[in-house]
Amino acid sequence: MNPLLQVRDLSVRFGAKEVVRGVGFDIAPGEKLALVGESGSGKTITALSLLRLAGEANISGQALLRGRELLSLSEREMRGVRGGEIAMVFQEPMTALNPLMTIGQQIAEVLELKKALTPAQSAQAAIELLAKTGIPEPARRAGSYPHQLSGGQRQRAMIAMALASEPALLLADEPTTALDVSLRGQILDLLADLQRSTGMAVLLITHDLNLVRRFADRVAVMEQGRLVEQGSVAQIFGAPQHPYTQRLMASQPRRDVVEAPPAPGTAALVQAQGLRVAYPTALPGVRGWFRKGEFVAVQGVDLQILPGRTLGVVGESGSGKSTLAQAILGLLPHGGALSVAGQQWQAPATHNSPANQALRQRVQVVFQDPFSSLSPRLTVEGIVGEGLRVHAPQLSAAERRARVQQVLADVGLDEAQFPGLLARYPHEFSGGQRQRLAVARALIVGPQVLVLDEPTSALDVTIQQQVLALLQRLQKEHGLSYLLITHDVDVVRAMAHEVLVMKDGQVLEQGSVAQVLDAPQHPYTQRLVAAAG
Amino acid sequence: MSSSTSPVSLSPARRAWRRFQRNRLGYWSLLAFCALVLLSLGAELVSNDRPLVVRYAGQTYWPMLHDYPETVFGGDFQTPTDYLDPFIRAQLRQDGNWALYTLNPYGANTINYFAEQPNPAPPSAANWLGTDDRGRDLLAQLLYGFRVSVLFGLALTATGVLLGVLTGAIQGYLGGKTDLAFQRFIEIWGSMPELYLLIIFSAVLAPSIGLLLVLLSLFGWMGLSDYVRAEFLRNRQLDYVKAARALGVPSGQIIWRHILPNSLTPVVTFLPFRMSAAILALTSLDFLGLGVPPGTPSLGELLAQGKANIDAWWISLSTFAVLVVTLLLLTFMGDALRDALDPRKADR
Repeated sequence: MNPLLQVRDLSVRFGAKEVVRGVGFDIAPGEKLALVGESGSGKTITALSLLRLAGEANISGQALLRGRELLSLSEREMRGVRGGEIAMVFQEPMTALNPLMTIGQQIAEVLELKKALTPAQSAQAAIELLAKTGIPEPARRAGSYPHQLSGGQRQRAMIAMALASEPALLLADEPTTALDVSLRGQILDLLADLQRSTGMAVLLITHDLNLVRRFADRVAVMEQGRLVEQGSVAQIFGAPQHPYTQRLMASQPRRDVVEAPPAPGTAALVQAQGLRVAYPTALPGVRGWFRKGEFVAVQGVDLQILPGRTLGVVGESGSGKSTLAQAILGLLPHGGALSVAGQQWQAPATHNSPANQALRQRVQVVFQDPFSSLSPRLTVEGIVGEGLRVHAPQLSAAERRARVQQVLADVGLDEAQFPGLLARYPHEFSGGQRQRLAVARALIVGPQVLVLDEPTSALDVTIQQQVLALLQRLQKEHGLSYLLITHDVDVVRAMAHEVLVMKDGQVLEQGSVAQVLDAPQHPYTQRLVAAAG
Repeated sequence: MSSSTSPVSLSPARRAWRRFQRNRLGYWSLLAFCALVLLSLGAELVSNDRPLVVRYAGQTYWPMLHDYPETVFGGDFQTPTDYLDPFIRAQLRQDGNWALYTLNPYGANTINYFAEQPNPAPPSAANWLGTDDRGRDLLAQLLYGFRVSVLFGLALTATGVLLGVLTGAIQGYLGGKTDLAFQRFIEIWGSMPELYLLIIFSAVLAPSIGLLLVLLSLFGWMGLSDYVRAEFLRNRQLDYVKAARALGVPSGQIIWRHILPNSLTPVVTFLPFRMSAAILALTSLDFLGLGVPPGTPSLGELLAQGKANIDAWWISLSTFAVLVVTLLLLTFMGDALRDALDPRKADR
């Protein structure tokens, strides 16, 4: 069978920087090819340059669509190809949809342009397309604006729009990354169904190996702009040849924690009973002048963490898990009973009274985004040494520096790798290294509890594994307790002893990691675990 | 890692300075502006109606430091010497006597009573840029006027930045009711008719540069305070601030060490533009006669003279040129600074 798309020796350059180097692959009609790689590997740029949408990029090589050279088409002919023979689904539907048009209008626009339907016909066809993507009440939804839809519905609308022109090839750029875990599987199943019924080919761009295994026929692996290996899913997952692919395949988080439970009767380090956190919100109209409404972010949470153990808190965005973390850190006022190391936060919890200061030394935090969690204008010494300035002001500068160096060595950063380490600024470090700095900043005050708020979700998979390994080692060496907040079931499986599943501010299910993840009781948990594949 | 080869790490401020230096136009504008300011700060040594040194009858005199009566140099009166007087000049040229004049032998308010042409006089060998309608040398006026403008601009920028950063920081960090109250106050304060207040005050109080500085400062901080407030509101939400709060760092420290250094980008970017706005404000007020007291050299007053004496083209033309060059230099610097601080521009 003749390939639908033949890419040969495709290179893309921005100025002097070559981001895609000599990539070549084929897609057969009706084939599902996954393009896999870490951020910065050039996979999105490869797709965008097929549509010549890569901005001011300098593209060379060949890209033949049914024997027609895409790279030398006129801009006018190219417009016919975009959204016609090749359609694209983007990662973030909120920004890819026009906020001022209803989704029905946006789909109808494509139909009028590409299939020359009358407005009445296209409006009807738009509703049918929406129905095909499984949006409930498609006739009503067609009149909705993007912000009125949920994230999953928006992505379905995007897919309906891409399908409107009956493309021969669909480029799906991380179509599920912006969605909550339980929705990812649904969207992917939808894509697979539609692919089967329409017979189009799909190029799926993703970093998520679980998705690839579930969805694709063939896989192409990219590293630093090069295509290092391609083959069938069975080949690549079963017997990867290239060292990078092997590393990628081996990057599933591994469990390496102390399993033996602490002696019975050990006092819990963190104990919460009926924990409740609420934010004031503005009430609409005149009422809002005199009182504030209340948004309850966390309601009736009971939990306990024993020394040396990890409690995984799983939930989607908006489930209240980060709010829970901030309450435990004493950064938000809370109701109900909460004690850390046998002590309560003195009201107001946000106040730095001596008792609260002592507690702050016990419980520390590592945030998700290593780029916003380190002040760009402080040196490594300033960042990591901060806690000592507060909690050990008696130390001299030299003693403080020695402690900083010691804790940096503990997280695997030293002068040998980075000459002048202490005087460096955060921008010189990669994501994983920054996350190590954030861990060092928390560790230096000698905490017993570490709150890990999505510690690895901003990192690439291979780096993610290294950071998790570091956290596991630190837990063993220092006997730390972790409160691990994440949406990633794989991470929980590797790290946690107990699991707590949250949705809409409430606990749905709670228990040991084996209980919850292997035999989930609540339908929501079952969906979550199934989605993680 | 781009710079793992260099052991010494550059701070973000140093990197911004490097980027600024790479913008040739902005960098040279900065150098030229600094040179002009230095020149005007030393204006007394460049343009003065007193000589730097006088040697008369075997003795050395320092007219810049001391007043000498004319009798010292063989005159008839006890009045301070007018060194432009042809008689005194002749005395100083006699055998063994000499005087070292400054490059331009006129001060800001020197009136040349011995001019050969009626005032305002066009450019000549004696007055390079001509004189104004009172017979004062235009070059000297421009030099001293530039100095007053720049110093006023610097002072007004400094007070505006201090007040703006302070109020913006308070609003942004505390948020909530404090923020709301401050915002309403700014709205009321900002709707006061600034120009009328200036007119009223200049009628009631004796005009002086200090008064002008206070009045303009009272209204000059609001624009900046909005920017600083927005930066603080954004930055206090960031994880590094939360991490500092989780460590128990006191609020003052959080503001000073964490939020403030990361919130100064709009402040620094606006510095040259604020400065040029301040210079323009002083010039316009002087032009209207509401500005500095009479007798103070001022670009605005020269512009007013130019308007009153349209045929004396050298007054308006040279003043206009000085203003345009000053404001252009500041704008070029501002542009370069904005580029240098733009986070989207990577180092090359």
